Amino acid sequence: MPKLLSGAEIVFKCLEDQSVEYIFGYPGGAVLPIYDELKNHSSIKHILVRHEQGAGHAAEGYARSSGKPGVVLVTSGPGATNVVTALTDAYMDSIPLVCISGQVPTHLIGTDAFQECDTTGITRPCTKHNWLVKDIKDLSKIIHKAFEVATTGRPGPVLVDIPKDVQFQKTNYPKFKKQNKSNGKIHNQYQQKDIDELIKLMSKAKKPIFYTGGGVINSGPKASDLLRELVAATGFPITSTLQGLGCFPGDDKNFLGMLGMHGTYEANNAMHDCDLMINIGARFDDRITGKIDEFSPGSKKVHIDIDPSSINKNVKVDLPIVGDVQSVISSIIKTIKKTKPNFINSNKQQISKWWEQIEKWREKKSLDYINSNETIKPQYAVQRLYELTKNKDTFITTEVGQHQMWAAQHYKFDKPNRWMTSGGLGTMGYGLPAAVGVQIAHPDKLVVDIAGEASVLMTIQEMSTAVQYNLPIKIFILNNEYMGMVRQWQELLHEKNYSESYTAALPDFVKLAEAYGCVGIRAKTPEELDDKIIEMINTDRPVIFDCLVDKQENCFPMIPSGKPHNQMLLGPKDQEQNKITGKGKTLV
Amino acid sequence: MNKSKSAYSVAGKKGKLDTHIIVVWVDNEAGVLARVVGLFSGRGYNIESLAVAEIDSKLNISRITIVTTGTPQVIDQIKLQLKKLVPVHKVADFKREDKQVIFKEMALFKLVGNNNKRSKALNACKKFNAVLLDRTNKSCVIQITALRREIDKMSKNLKKFGLVSVSRTGAVAMTRGAETFK
Repeated sequence: MPKLLSGAEIVFKCLEDQSVEYIFGYPGGAVLPIYDELKNHSSIKHILVRHEQGAGHAAEGYARSSGKPGVVLVTSGPGATNVVTALTDAYMDSIPLVCISGQVPTHLIGTDAFQECDTTGITRPCTKHNWLVKDIKDLSKIIHKAFEVATTGRPGPVLVDIPKDVQFQKTNYPKFKKQNKSNGKIHNQYQQKDIDELIKLMSKAKKPIFYTGGGVINSGPKASDLLRELVAATGFPITSTLQGLGCFPGDDKNFLGMLGMHGTYEANNAMHDCDLMINIGARFDDRITGKIDEFSPGSKKVHIDIDPSSINKNVKVDLPIVGDVQSVISSIIKTIKKTKPNFINSNKQQISKWWEQIEKWREKKSLDYINSNETIKPQYAVQRLYELTKNKDTFITTEVGQHQMWAAQHYKFDKPNRWMTSGGLGTMGYGLPAAVGVQIAHPDKLVVDIAGEASVLMTIQEMSTAVQYNLPIKIFILNNEYMGMVRQWQELLHEKNYSESYTAALPDFVKLAEAYGCVGIRAKTPEELDDKIIEMINTDRPVIFDCLVDKQENCFPMIPSGKPHNQMLLGPKDQEQNKITGKGKTLV
Repeated sequence: MNKSKSAYSVAGKKGKLDTHIIVVWVDNEAGVLARVVGLFSGRGYNIESLAVAEIDSKLNISRITIVTTGTPQVIDQIKLQLKKLVPVHKVADFKREDKQVIFKEMALFKLVGNNNKRSKALNACKKFNAVLLDRTNKSCVIQITALRREIDKMSKNLKKFGLVSVSRTGAVAMTRGAETFK
């Protein structure tokens, strides 16, 4: 007779069979049996965070930078509710997470027991699926299924809630047969005729554009390679969403920069005026489309997505192609090679006018700003950080707000999985714990969290985690003492009524760094900035970098709400030239 | 021009609403109804009526019938979102006007009154497969099966015959002919 295993042992057996190396978690009453079992499984390392939200974001950072699912372990009640923000964040940005939560013993469920909450009820709308394990016999099946659901199709978070008595009960653990990943095959619903139709549209198009998103990154590094091949084979311009940055080199001549609310002038105008839009793994998010009724009015739209429910959700498209990005692009390239081997040359003439137009838009240099010798401009700080770290295979995370947009605009990525930012949910406090997770996955790489002073304070306690595990993350704070994006909206939309967006009491970040046992560096002037950044890079310990920047700077360009792509608000340089008055500014 | 004071765009034009009957085959497990209903409330879809029961105890399958309204785009979204749920096996969608599909609801009417009123009430219900389920000297319970609007009408008409209580189900649906929905 095979040995009977306890629920807690089965949890670890499953994790081992799923090749899990790290768990991000926080112990508590209802998961103690699982924590007790931890010592017997040396291949799995537990990272103790300081707050369960931090565990979730760290697991997200780990997942996004490694392509493997992130695993979170929390206790019942507050442990589970604290992780809800991270689960929702992962759900919005399609990040594979497996969260295991403890629950009060089955006989106490529903009695308002100590640290009880309806975890599966609370997390139902923010997970792909969740399970309450009431029978020990179901446990191993459910955990393996959880990994499958999290990682296949459009990835996302799942949660398995395990009551404490189930963790003690014993049963058999059946041998796990690793199935070939079903990611791909069953989700590919497209046919060759769809690809042929797309090639037909591509060869007719005079003003084509690729609009790529996080789906390319989620499809794996191979998809990014194929995307580069596709752009090279067609000569089409390409723009990317916030989440898609890195799947195409940011300094390539075909790349128009990010699109959307704070995207470049050329990317947004090209989206508006194009006659063929090929959406690869993006979802027509409202930050991208602006006013839907006037979104790219003259174009045929093609949408490549693994999730059928993304098609026609926000924008009606002419040719949907449901499938995994990697396999679709590969089919496209194969078909081009077979049927139109000379595509790029025969096409060059046809789209040359389009490129001329794009070059004109480019001349606007919409990311320009007025630099200063006295104060550090936040854009300048990001640019310097980029120049000084670009040869290092750097991983960047961000918080949410102006600094996030400046990072997206001015830091140029050339590889996928190097850029971790909370796009869908827009979670302030994401970047620091995410950096912890990234550094765990890539211990020898440079990991920088480009942060705002308001965001970073939401999860600053995770510095303690970084110190405990010797994770040399760099927290690069663009400190303007304001919730910058809130202040910007208040300036533009609410008659400069800066209601509660100024933080009148901030900690001394250098002293704070010392208190946590890491290194604090402060830069006050543009002159000293480079040296300080180099000092930060050369420090082999966690660093909090307090970069004091211009307090009034706004993030441009910008599509004001309710406006289409071709009515952008440009930066102060352009506004000076075109004499946009105060009235024009408030017409947002 | 309307000045928008928001970081979001203003709502576009609303399309025409159609009534659809969505049939969902699901694993009969804990919380499955909450998943389906939560999807509707969470994404702001309508539910006009809902009927759910296990239909296969061996395979553990329940059939949920939901009457909903929405623009064609919303109806498509409802179907696609439902198909993404893990315990959902298949989703069928019928227009209310579809002649190939039978829709039925059941209602129970309790009337208080004399014999005369009762027979008049029964007579009025005749068209709708009326069954007298209970009678006393002073009261009766009548069951009818009919379309939603017919039941609406009857519950109005029966007031004059002493109607005191109505209980009704959501719609259930079945296609005509030998075909079943795959």
